[in-house]
Amino acid sequence: MTARTVRTTTAAAAAVAVLAGAAACSKPSDSGGSGGGTDAVTIGVAQEPETLSPLLGYGREGNSKIFDGLLRHDAQMRLEPALATKLPEVTDGGKTYTYSLRKGVKFSDGKPFTSKDVVFTYRTVLDKKTNNPYKDDLAAIDQVRADGPHKVVFTLKYPYAAFAERTILPIASQADAGSGQDVNNGPYNTRPVGTGPYVLSSWRKGEKLSFKANPHYWGGKPKVKRFTVAVIEDDDVRATRLRSGDLDAAILPPNLAKPYEKDDDKRVFEAKTTDYRAVSLPSGNPVTGDKAVRRALDLAVDRDSMVKSILNGAGKPAYGPVPSDSPWFAKGTERAHDLGEAKKILDAAGWKPGKDGIRVKDGKRAAFKLWYFSGDKLRKDHALAYASDAKKAGIDVKVQAGSREVIRPKLDHDSMLLGNGFPPDPDFDLFPALHSSQIGSGWNNVASYDDEKVDEELDAGRRTSDEKARHKAYDTVQRELRKNPPYTFLTTIDHVYVVDDKWKGLTTQIEPHDHGIGAGPWWNVQDWQPKK
Amino acid sequence: MTQTQSEPAAAGGPPVPRGRRRLWGPAARLTGRRLLAAVPVLAAVTFGVFAVAAASPFDPVQQYAGGGGLTASQDTLDQLRHNLGVDGPFPERWWHWVTGALTGDLGDSTALRQPVAQVIGERLGWSVLLCAVGFAVALVLGTVLGVAAARRRGGMLDRCVTSVSYALEAAPPFWIGLLGIWLFAVRLDVLPAGGLTDTGTDAVTAGGLLSHLALPALVLGVSQVPWFLLYVRQGVADALEEDPVRGARARGLSERTVLFGHALRSGLLPVLTLVGSRVPELITGALLVETVFSWPGIASATVKAATATDFSLLAALTALATVAVLAGNLLADLLYGLADPRVAWEEM
Repeated sequence: MTARTVRTTTAAAAAVAVLAGAAACSKPSDSGGSGGGTDAVTIGVAQEPETLSPLLGYGREGNSKIFDGLLRHDAQMRLEPALATKLPEVTDGGKTYTYSLRKGVKFSDGKPFTSKDVVFTYRTVLDKKTNNPYKDDLAAIDQVRADGPHKVVFTLKYPYAAFAERTILPIASQADAGSGQDVNNGPYNTRPVGTGPYVLSSWRKGEKLSFKANPHYWGGKPKVKRFTVAVIEDDDVRATRLRSGDLDAAILPPNLAKPYEKDDDKRVFEAKTTDYRAVSLPSGNPVTGDKAVRRALDLAVDRDSMVKSILNGAGKPAYGPVPSDSPWFAKGTERAHDLGEAKKILDAAGWKPGKDGIRVKDGKRAAFKLWYFSGDKLRKDHALAYASDAKKAGIDVKVQAGSREVIRPKLDHDSMLLGNGFPPDPDFDLFPALHSSQIGSGWNNVASYDDEKVDEELDAGRRTSDEKARHKAYDTVQRELRKNPPYTFLTTIDHVYVVDDKWKGLTTQIEPHDHGIGAGPWWNVQDWQPKK
Repeated sequence: MTQTQSEPAAAGGPPVPRGRRRLWGPAARLTGRRLLAAVPVLAAVTFGVFAVAAASPFDPVQQYAGGGGLTASQDTLDQLRHNLGVDGPFPERWWHWVTGALTGDLGDSTALRQPVAQVIGERLGWSVLLCAVGFAVALVLGTVLGVAAARRRGGMLDRCVTSVSYALEAAPPFWIGLLGIWLFAVRLDVLPAGGLTDTGTDAVTAGGLLSHLALPALVLGVSQVPWFLLYVRQGVADALEEDPVRGARARGLSERTVLFGHALRSGLLPVLTLVGSRVPELITGALLVETVFSWPGIASATVKAATATDFSLLAALTALATVAVLAGNLLADLLYGLADPRVAWEEM
């Protein structure tokens, strides 16, 4: 064996290895042609779902493409039946919900859909061993049982008016997901089987998810036959790929979407949301817990200028978790920017300006710390604007960035810039943020707000199913918020999307804070019709 | 390489008898020694990963829960902590992972909700392909340009190439990536901006793969070129000044033979060392490039694993990177032994 032969052999071996590697990587084709027409839609989103299993939280906001819930929302966010045949019968004073199920529906693997799948889905989500961080959505459920193959009965722990809104939860296939595989890490997470309008054809994590139309969909075969979701984290890269024609639609920050408003071939959508940004004012801090300081801050912040400068106009001022254009909004609780009044309130409460312009009361400076999640530019901008507005009223707010782990232990004393919002019912946002039972439970009610009257109204709002009584309860809550605001609500932000103008009748729903691939104009891509 | 057998003696190289050297035995022994040495290294590295992850301020539960972590009740969060098994002391968890790994079970990735083996299996091929092509680009470009620059030191080409190299050394790969997208995908519209296939299709065809691989591989290669280029340039330029080259020229050998047969051959020696030491840089570079180009490789998994303190996945990926680095070093040493007869593998 000579040096030369070794060299030659090594080179040959290396070449073979590279070729074999390339061959092993190539995948057989499972669909032909590339995009371009109106029967294929490619969208760009910033975030990829961690899982496609509803058992671990996928699709809880609705519009999961692969799955259906018992109910779903229409464009106006009204509930309508999906896998159920009609809205649920509510009996036992709001504690029992009975759903009749659609007959003849099949999962994409051909197995029939029955009440067993519904019971399996709900029981698995609630199972202690299932790592679903959203299981509190279903906290009201005491038990769920099948009443024959086409009827499901939920019994709740307490009367809960908003429960039906939670039953948009996608239904998983018991035959597949329940066949003994590991719920938390099993193949159902990446190869889901559902009843929905689309079937997952491939998921290359970090790159894209591809869906193809389910030809046997009970709601009719979608016109858009292929739906591809490209995962592009960087806003600029996403905008570039939209411009290059690689994408048909994308979510973009308002400033990057602006140029498309003048483009004839593209449409810009500003989706209304309940996605709010607010500052918590913890009761445990003598400054932020002071009613006068809270009220003064509420008046001193210039919400309109935040909408204009931070959101580029894509949003609106927020006065509570309920957005001002919601039917649940308590009319007349809007607060105008009024720095003079804010100063008057502070003066009257004994907060007198000190040497450096910062107010002092009983030797205590009107100063506190405001945290935001590092890397979240939107929250940072809000925090800085808030601090600058507060300064004008003589309150010193020190803005600081940190991770969840750093921030959470400090929140009994420091404030933080929050973002949240889940649209269908006011209970979903108001209860966790304001009810005294939620103090210290995860990130809920971080202001440690404890008000007997508000507690009562929140309980009343969720227990009665009478629309009028509910409206009255939530009106009262929102008016109380104005008198002693434990959070300064700043803005409700719009989500901005750009879509090729090739389909007609596109709409957007009211979107939640966590908007996955179910939000955006493609929420109902199965109903899209080509323009021609 | 055809003249190699006769050339060294003529060039006045070391007077070691060539052609009859025993190669397989020493090479195998060297490989064996390195394999043995790799065991404690891997153990230490994975232990370190568990220690650092445990010491990191990130809370695995919050990282696992994502958006849900901010709305979940305390009970749910506590239950998650229990289920994820992130409570115990880290040496215990490390031992559990290592013993599992030895039996072939690398554990489950909490961030990706998949078994670790599946995560790596799905992605490794694409990363290896990207790295291999990128590395080849760097090696070829670096050598060709380096030799060209060394031939006329201080010339036009040399000055251009050298200053561009220094600029590239300073430029982060993701920046070069964005620049590449802007130039080739947006301005010229000749190459796709990202992904493995056109976004609208799933089929991986040879042509499609080639056009999608071109830009990321080029960017990765270009970001590595300066090191090779500058090494080759220096090595060849030095060799051109040495006695053997002067001797060869005096004997009237053609410039071509002098350059490739003598100067390049000895000038390449330091580059072999570089091959081994650039592997870690290549991996880091690939991480950034994969992220910019949505390349479905190991990178996004690594980033996720790190930020989500996904112990099992993080340990497996770190072990994998360690193996790659050790293999790179071994390869460099083997090549060095092959190329330079003065170097004995037995002494490595």
